[in-house]
Amino acid sequence: MVSLSATAIAAVVGLPCGAGLAICRFPGRRALILLANACLGLPPVVVGLGLYLILSRSGPLGGLALLFTPGAMVIAQALLATPIVTALTHRAVEEPWQDYCGALRVDGASRLRSIGMLLAIARRSVVTAVLAGFGRTISEVGAVLIVGGNIAGYTRIMTTAIVLKTSEGDLGLALGLGCILIGISVAVSACAFVLWERR
Amino acid sequence: MMRFRQYFAIAFVVLLARGGIAAEQPLPQSIILASTTSVENSGLLAHILPAFTRETGITVHVLAQGTGQALETATRDDADLVLVHDPEAEQKFITAGDGIDRHQIAWNDFIVVGPRSDPAHISGTHDAVAALTAIASTKAPFVSRGDKSGTDALEHRLWRLAGIDPVAAGGGSWYRDIGGGMGAALNTAQAMNAYTISDRGTWLSFGNKGDLAVLVEGDPRLVNRYDVILLNPAKHPVPKQALAKRFAQWLLSPEGQAAIGAYKVDGEQLFHPSATAPR
Repeated sequence: MVSLSATAIAAVVGLPCGAGLAICRFPGRRALILLANACLGLPPVVVGLGLYLILSRSGPLGGLALLFTPGAMVIAQALLATPIVTALTHRAVEEPWQDYCGALRVDGASRLRSIGMLLAIARRSVVTAVLAGFGRTISEVGAVLIVGGNIAGYTRIMTTAIVLKTSEGDLGLALGLGCILIGISVAVSACAFVLWERR
Repeated sequence: MMRFRQYFAIAFVVLLARGGIAAEQPLPQSIILASTTSVENSGLLAHILPAFTRETGITVHVLAQGTGQALETATRDDADLVLVHDPEAEQKFITAGDGIDRHQIAWNDFIVVGPRSDPAHISGTHDAVAALTAIASTKAPFVSRGDKSGTDALEHRLWRLAGIDPVAAGGGSWYRDIGGGMGAALNTAQAMNAYTISDRGTWLSFGNKGDLAVLVEGDPRLVNRYDVILLNPAKHPVPKQALAKRFAQWLLSPEGQAAIGAYKVDGEQLFHPSATAPR
C-alpha cells in the first residue's frame, strides 16, 4: 500500500512534469532535466537520512509528527520515484512532440491539452516509466527503514520484514517473504501491461 | 484521453483516502519506545506488549535500534522513552540532562559463542577476558558488532580489561567489525566460523545457529542489565510523558515483571525480572 501510494504520487507529479519539460520552453528547463536525470541514482539511505532530520521532532517539520508513520514512508518513496517517472516520461514524450507539435499548434491545443495528448500517444513508454517508479518503491528498504522505524504492524513492510527475519536467523521465512514480494512486483507489472495493451 | 483522466481521478481518490488515514495516525493513545535489537529480536516485547495494551489501551510502537542509536533517537525527541542496556551510555544520557527515572527491569547475561572446532580453546571456561585474550593471540576470526550498541560497548569494555586494542591488533584480518545488529553478527559469525559475543536472549531465539555453540558463560562481568529511562521534561517537550510513565511503571509492576519472567523459548527463560532486586 505504501509503495502503491508513493507510486501514485510519483505518477501524478512526474507524468505532467516530464511532459511539461518536453513541451514548454522556459529558463532553467535544461537544469531541471539534468536534475531529474541525476536523481535517477538518488541513494535511498541518503533520502531517508535527510527526511529523518527534517521530520524529526527537533527538525524543521517536526510539528507534523510524521516520523515513524506510514506517511513518512510514502513521502520518502515518492521522493525516490518521482525523478524516475519524470525523467523517463520526458524521454518518452520528446520524440512524439517533435513529430506532432506542428499539428497540435495548428489545432490550437492548449499546453495542458498537448500534455494529455502526448502522454496518450506515448502511453507504452509512459507505463514503463510508472512501472520503473513502482519498481523503485517496492524494492526499496534503506529509506523506509530510517523514516518508518520498522514498527511491527504499523510501519513494517515486506522489505523491512525481510531484513528483520534475516537478522533473526529465520532465513526460510525471509526467503519466503522475498518470493511473495517478487510475486507482487511481477503481478503488478503484468496487470499494468494487460490493462494497457488491451486498449 | 478519457482513460487518462479516469486514471488520474482514481489515483487522486486513492491518495486522498490514504492521506486521510495517515493524518489520523499516530493514534493518540500510542507511544514510541526506542529500544535495543535484543529485546525486540528475542521476541520479548511482542510477548509482553499485548497484555499492557489490553490493560491500558496504549499501543507501544517499538523501534529496535541498538542502545547507542536508541539514546540518540530519544535525544532528538523522536521517542517517548527508552529501554536499553549499556550502563555507561545511560549514565551519560542522564548526566547530560536528557533522561530521568532510570530503573532496571530485567537482566540476563552475555555469552561468548563460536565454532565447535574452537581454535582458541576457550570452551567451558568462565573468564571472558581470558577468552578474548586467547582469541586475539590465536588470531581466530572474531565478529564485532561495531554499532555502538550495548553489546558492542560490553565487548569494548572487555578488550580494555584485556589490555588489547583489537582494531590495531587485527582490524581487517581476524577482527571483523561488521557495523550491524546482533542477528547480523550471528549470521556473519556462523558463515565465517568466527567467535562473537551475544546477549542470551537473541542467541536463544536465533534461528541460524549452524555450527555455533555457547563457549564461555558465567563470568560476573557478563551480566546484562536492561533499564527503562524516561525523558527529562526539563529538556525535552514530551507530550506523551504521562503515557510513557505509565508504561515504565507497568514494566516495574508485579504484572509486568511476571510477564517478562514468563517469556520462554524452548522452555528456557530469557529474561530474569529484577525490578525489586536490581543486579
